[in-house]
This record gives sequence, structure tokens and C-alpha cells, in this order.
Amino acid sequence: MRASPTTALLMLAVALSAGACRQDMHDQPRYEPLEASSFFDNGMSSRPLVEGTVAREMPIEKTAFYTGRTPNDEFVTELPMPLDRELLDRGRTRFNAFCSPCHGQTGDGLGMIVRRGFKQPTSFHDQRLRESPVGYFFHVMSNGFGQMSSYASQVPPQDRWAIAAYISALQLSHNIPVDRLSAEERQQLDDSIVGSAEAHPRAGEE
Amino acid sequence: MSQIFKPSTNTLARVTLFGALFFALVSVWILVSLNRSAYATRQTIVRMQPVPFSHDHHTEAMGISCLYCHTSAEDSAFAGVPPTATCMNCHKLIWNDSPMLEPVRASFRSGEPIQWARVHDLPDFVYFNHSIHIAKGVGCVTCHGRVDKMPLMKQAVSLQMEWCLECHRAPQDFVRPRSEIYNMEWEAEDQAALGAKLVEQYDIQSMMSCSVCHR
Ligand code: HEC
Ligand code: HEC
Ligand code: HEC
Ligand code: HEC
Ligand code: HEC
Ligand code: HEC
Repeated sequence: MRASPTTALLMLAVALSAGACRQDMHDQPRYEPLEASSFFDNGMSSRPLVEGTVAREMPIEKTAFYTGRTPNDEFVTELPMPLDRELLDRGRTRFNAFCSPCHGQTGDGLGMIVRRGFKQPTSFHDQRLRESPVGYFFHVMSNGFGQMSSYASQVPPQDRWAIAAYISALQLSHNIPVDRLSAEERQQLDDSIVGSAEAHPRAGEE
Repeated sequence: MSQIFKPSTNTLARVTLFGALFFALVSVWILVSLNRSAYATRQTIVRMQPVPFSHDHHTEAMGISCLYCHTSAEDSAFAGVPPTATCMNCHKLIWNDSPMLEPVRASFRSGEPIQWARVHDLPDFVYFNHSIHIAKGVGCVTCHGRVDKMPLMKQAVSLQMEWCLECHRAPQDFVRPRSEIYNMEWEAEDQAALGAKLVEQYDIQSMMSCSVCHR
């Protein structure tokens, strides 16, 4: 039997349009991350962690790396890892993403969210915070502080230390005696102060 | 007996033949363009969300990085949508009596997640992974468009296979330095030179085998 041209065309059209149909392979009987489920009571396919669950890489004993504290419960004053350029760079990107919305890029506590009405935190360049040990910053990020929530679920421990290291660098950068700068750097500083006073007239008044 | 086929039938036969061919080609063309149309790819459709969350307000106006909410994009296959607790970091103090945010507060009180409608969804037979793309220098904006200008989320590209392949065939035309991944405004001054350098530096390969995406 030979198909007439019309039948052939019709078959072609059916084949082409059937090819565009969504079929079972598009939506297979498995869950994607965060997909809703009608099986469980709360509608989530991902199950909540059993209370007391620890991550596989977490040690049983509480080291300074996870608590920011020494064995006799004081905040550590040194980073539990070597400080290098890479750690500071990492800290800078994480600080700018997670902290600067409120604490500001320089740590002055005047971030965008604060300008929109969030409680204003103390500047990191305040005397009290300049003298706080690095473990204190790790502790605040891990457990929250007053109106600030914990960032433990958003920032893993390694990155929290990187941020703490970067905050120390920020504090240092704001408190270098002028006579420790080279002549060139002093010139740059003068230029930038003039520049920023022009850009933000209010800065000059303070 | 008179002739059944007059000379004019020759023309008719030709017209029918070419007409049929023309009709076939046009219907193929219509089907192909229908398949690629925004209608079929569900591009630009804005879905109803339980909370009218605006990327425009949060990223462009407030300067919040994508990373603040989509924390797992860098090191997992799935970029993830933030839990209610992330919204409450700010919204426990800001706009905390706005009726628009009531579903967020209700979810925080009850522990029931907000049910966001999914916007991007590849078929289940395609394997996709965010972390490799971020690690090799493909920016969010390359695949998701100007999210910072979207009051409501929509899909900016077709997500069809040809779209993936266009880049996999020549990644040097699209990659950027890792430091600019989240930057929505960045543009290369000289993509040809930069692309060649980055391909070398990040060891970027052109991955065209079917089993890369269909595994
Ligand atoms: C949503 C805004 C917000 C974000 C984001 C935020 N903070 Fe805070 N932070 C605050 C507020 C507000 C306070 C003051 C809390 C209070 O006094 O109740 C504070 C307090 C602190 C303090 C304690 C200061 C003191 O007075 O002892 C530290 C340290 C700190 N934040 C570090 C961080 C770091 C590091 C990050 C990034 C991981 C961060 N914060 C992100 C709002 C924020
Ligand atoms: C304040 C938190 C927040 C920030 C910051 C944020 N997002 Fe989102 N994003 C969300 C939420 C909540 C959703 C789900 C609701 C929706 O689809 O609008 C979402 C959805 C998305 C989706 C669509 C997901 C889907 O359903 O397919 C994409 C793509 C996306 N975001 C990209 C980005 C990019 C790129 C940035 C940085 C420019 C960014 N987001 C910054 C919270 C955020
Ligand atoms: C880093 C702080 C921050 C986070 C996190 C945040 N918001 Fe907001 N949000 C704001 C601010 C500030 C405003 C006020 C915007 C303005 O004044 O233009 C706002 C406004 C809103 C509005 C009001 C309408 C609008 O679009 O302007 C909605 C709705 C909203 N946010 C939803 C959410 C949801 C849902 C989340 C969680 C995925 C979230 N926000 C996370 C800071 C935040
Ligand atoms: C190479 C292209 C590409 C890049 C680069 C990319 N995305 Fe995606 N994104 C996709 C695709 C494709 C999907 C749909 C995935 C699926 O359906 O499984 C998606 C889905 C999402 C979703 C929905 C949840 C999920 O993971 O499926 C969010 C949120 C998102 N992307 C955010 C981001 C952010 C933020 C960035 C930048 C850090 C980014 N994407 C970079 C292609 C990309
Ligand atoms: C703008 C460029 C671009 C787009 C668009 C793009 N990719 Fe990629 N993709 C890359 C680059 C670059 C790599 C890394 C290649 C390498 O490892 O050197 C990659 C790697 C991958 C890998 C990992 C391969 C492996 O074995 O680790 C998968 C899977 C993948 N892409 C899937 C997709 C899918 C599916 C889409 C479409 C939805 C897509 N990609 C769209 C640039 C892109
Ligand atoms: C870079 C990733 C990538 C590679 C490589 C790739 N595909 Fe695909 N493929 C996709 C995506 C994404 C889709 C889903 C397109 C859609 O939803 O419209 C798809 C869909 C398909 C479909 C189904 C079309 C439909 O409409 O149901 C077939 C068949 C297919 N691919 C075959 C192949 C073959 C054969 C190869 C090797 C020559 C290949 N693919 C290589 C990403 C890829």
C-alpha cells in the first residue's frame, strides 16, 4: 500500500507535534531538591534533620575551630588557621555579601538595610570592638547577638573565620598611625579625604 | 471522445505539486518556530507567588548579593531558594507589619515552608549543575538575565538544548573572571582576548558529548 501525499503529510504533522508533547520523561517519579510532596504531613519532600544531628566532617570534641573558644571557655585571640592573602580575599567577598548590607562595606554600621530602618549596630571601629578578641566575632556570627540573627546556616565555619580575619584587617586599616604610612600613601590619603568630602558633603562635618 | 486532460491541466498539476511542497515546508517551519517560541519554552511568563518578592528591590536598590539568599549555588548542583529564616533576618524589624509579608511571618511561626512556584525547570532527563558553571566563570546574568531589574522573577532564556550547546561549543565567548560572577552590570571590554586568557587560566573545556547532560 502506498500512502497518498495528504496522508503522508498528516502523518508528518502528527509525528512532529507529538514530538513536542511533554511526556513522562520530563517529570520522572523522583523528587528534585525542595520539591513539594503530598506524602508527608508538612508538604516537604526533604525531611528535617533529627535533633542532635552533626555533620559528618564535624569532630565530636568541640575544638576552637567550631566554638571560637579555648578549653577554659575564653574567646580565642588567634585564628585557628594560618592567615594568608587567600583567606583575607575570601573574607572580603563573604563580608560584602553577608554583613555589609547592615554593617556597611567599611564596618561603620551604616549599611543600606540600616538606612531603611534596621537597628544600627555598633561600628567595628569602636574602641570596645577593636579590643575584642577574634573569637568574639566568630561567636556572634555563629550564635547571633541581640537583634542580629545567627549566620551559622548561611556561612560555614571556615568562611566565618575568613570574615573574622577580614574584620580585623578592616579595623587595622582604620587605625594606622599616619606616621607609619609612606609619603606616597599619605598623599593618597590626603587626596581621598578631599575626594570623599566632595562626594559626601556630610562626611566633612563629622 | 473529448480529451479528459486539457493543456491547462499541466499548470494545475504543477501548481498542486509545488503547492503541496510549499505547504509541507511552511507547516514544518511553523512547527519549528512554535517549538522555539516563548509560548513553548514558557519564557517571560510571570508565575503567581505566595509573596510578591521583588529581586529588583532587594538586589538593585539594596545591594544585597545573590549569595546572601542563594547560598548553595557555588558549591552544589542546586542554587536553592532561601528558607523563611533568611527573610526574617531583616523582616523581623523591617516592614514587620506589612500585610504583604504575612505569609512569611506565618511560615516562620508555624515552621511550614513558603511554597514558591518554580520558574526554571529543566526536564528530568537533563543533568544540570550550578557549581561547575560558577567555578569556570559563567556569571548568573549570562543564564538568568538582568534579575536585578525583575520586579517578579521570569525565565530570561529558552533553556532549550540549542541554548546550552551554543555556549558549550564556544565557552570563550561567554566566560568572565570569577570575581564578577554576581555582578549584573559587568561587560568585557574585549571578550575575544579575555575569553582566550580565561579558557587557559581556568582550564575550560568545550563539553559537547551527549553524556555530559544526559547521564
Ligand atoms: C540584617 C542586618 C545585619 C547583618 C546582615 C549582620 N548584622 Fe551584625 N549586627 C546587626 C545589629 C542590628 C547588631 C546589634 C544588635 C543589638 O545590639 O541588638 C549587630 C551586632 C553585631 C556584632 C556585635 C557588636 C557588639 O556590639 O558587640 C558583631 C560582631 C556583628 N554584628 C558581626 C556581624 C557579621 C560578621 C556579619 C556578617 C556575617 C553581620 N554582623 C551581619 C545587624 C546585622
Ligand atoms: C533577599 C533574598 C534574595 C536575593 C538577594 C536574591 N534572590 Fe533570587 N530568589 C529569592 C527567592 C525568595 C526566590 C523565589 C521566588 C521567586 O521565584 O521570585 C528567588 C528566585 C530566583 C530565581 C528563580 C528560581 C526558580 O524558581 O526557577 C533565580 C534565577 C534567582 N532567584 C536568581 C537570583 C540572582 C541572579 C540574584 C542576584 C542578582 C538573586 N536571585 C538574589 C531570593 C533572593
Ligand atoms: C538583607 C535584608 C533583607 C532580606 C534578607 C529580605 N528583605 Fe525583603 N525587604 C528589605 C527591605 C529593606 C525592604 C524595603 C524596600 C524598600 O524600602 O524599597 C524590603 C521589602 C520587601 C517587600 C515589600 C515589597 C517590595 O518588594 O518592596 C517584600 C514583599 C519582601 N521584602 C519580601 C522578602 C522575602 C520574601 C524575603 C526572603 C526571601 C526577603 N524580603 C528578604 C530587606 C530584606
Ligand atoms: C550555565 C547557566 C546558569 C548559570 C551561570 C546560573 N544558573 Fe541558575 N539555573 C540555570 C538552570 C538551567 C536552572 C534550572 C535547573 C533545573 O531545572 O534543574 C537554574 C535554576 C536556578 C534557580 C532555581 C533553583 C535551582 O537551583 O534549580 C536559582 C535560584 C538559580 N538558578 C540562581 C542562580 C544564581 C544565583 C546564579 C549565579 C551564582 C546562577 N543561578 C547561575 C542555569 C544557570
Ligand atoms: C554561558 C555558557 C554555558 C551555558 C549557557 C551552559 N553551560 Fe554547561 N558548562 C559551561 C562551562 C564553561 C562548563 C565547564 C567545562 C569544563 O569543565 O571545563 C560547563 C559544564 C557543564 C556540565 C559539567 C560537566 C561535568 O562533567 O562536570 C554540565 C552537566 C553542563 N555544563 C550542563 C549544562 C546544561 C544542561 C546547560 C543548559 C541548560 C548548560 N550547561 C548551559 C558553560 C555553559
Ligand atoms: C549542554 C547540555 C546538553 C548536551 C551536551 C546534549 N543535550 Fe540533549 N538536551 C539538553 C537539554 C537542556 C534538553 C531539554 C530541552 C527542552 O526542554 O526543550 C535536551 C533534550 C534532548 C532530547 C529530547 C528532546 C525533547 O523535546 O524531548 C533529546 C532526544 C536529546 N536532548 C538528545 C541529545 C543528543 C543525541 C546529544 C548528543 C549529540 C545531546 N542531547 C547533547 C541538553 C544537552
